[in-house]
Amino acid sequence: MNLINAVEQGYMKEVSAFNVGDTVRVFVKVVEGDKERLQQFEGNVIARHGSGTRETFMVRKISFGVGVERIFPLYSPVIDRIEVIKKGSIKKAKLYYLRDKKGKAAKIKEREREIVKEG
Amino acid sequence: MTGILGKKLGMTQIFTEDGKMIPVTVVEAGPCCVIQVKTLKKDGYEAVKMGFQEIKKEKRVSKPMAGMFKKSGVKPHKILKEFPMGDLKVGDLVTVEKFARGDNVSVTGVSKGKGFQGVIKKNKFAGGPASHGSMFYRAPGSIGASSYPSRVWKNQGMPGHMGSECVTVKNLTIAAVKPDQNVLLIEGAIPGAPGTYLEIRKGK
Repeated sequence: MNLINAVEQGYMKEVSAFNVGDTVRVFVKVVEGDKERLQQFEGNVIARHGSGTRETFMVRKISFGVGVERIFPLYSPVIDRIEVIKKGSIKKAKLYYLRDKKGKAAKIKEREREIVKEG
Repeated sequence: MTGILGKKLGMTQIFTEDGKMIPVTVVEAGPCCVIQVKTLKKDGYEAVKMGFQEIKKEKRVSKPMAGMFKKSGVKPHKILKEFPMGDLKVGDLVTVEKFARGDNVSVTGVSKGKGFQGVIKKNKFAGGPASHGSMFYRAPGSIGASSYPSRVWKNQGMPGHMGSECVTVKNLTIAAVKPDQNVLLIEGAIPGAPGTYLEIRKGK
């Protein structure tokens, strides 16, 4: 198993540290014709899955009143960068209960210390 | 033809440059030591005998094998196989550097043992309907006609032992070569459980 981990290390790029409950902005590379641009997806991280190169995270946002969830592979070369906007204070590893909440109830409490500034 | 001996370590997934994720099998391959070179003149065919994984303890080598290794002056190896390769001398090392990304390879190994299996799993029989009082579920049914041929045809599917057999998978692609770790990443699945010894041959 150790050699598999060592092989996977070579395919894992540096990613910014974030946890479930944080608000993040994901910059995804989108190819349109022969042009490449960055598309942003901003929302709450509601789950992280897997380990090694296969690790993924799920981001949920409310877009025009409709909940949108997107799963990103953490080490995918398609992801340009991940910005952490807010750190959240949570009690669960998977925040699927947010799907049934609306408005203020669906808000994640901000962690009081270690507020990461945008940038 | 280029060949190498290896050991299956397991599977994982890696990314390509364009962001595609591909499943790969991680194989620890080589370095293989050439133990004997067979020639057309002496043996009637050309091949090299290669050894993989050195045996550290001397008493683990049987006397006839020890004699063979002593004759070639090479340290004892656990796995020995012949490959029709040229331009090699006794004592040469064959490493993963003989392979490159994108190479077409065939891989031979012993598949996972499945034990005694019925005809549905082993021979892909359809089985009977599950409901409507059919009372015929996973049995093989008829195994042939009556007065002609008065026997069961050859290759008639029957329950029995499945797996643990030598399987070759052709047309696999090398996804990456890691010479510092002696590792080959081969796209797709390969016969056997992790730890299975494999023969990897270049070309179709």
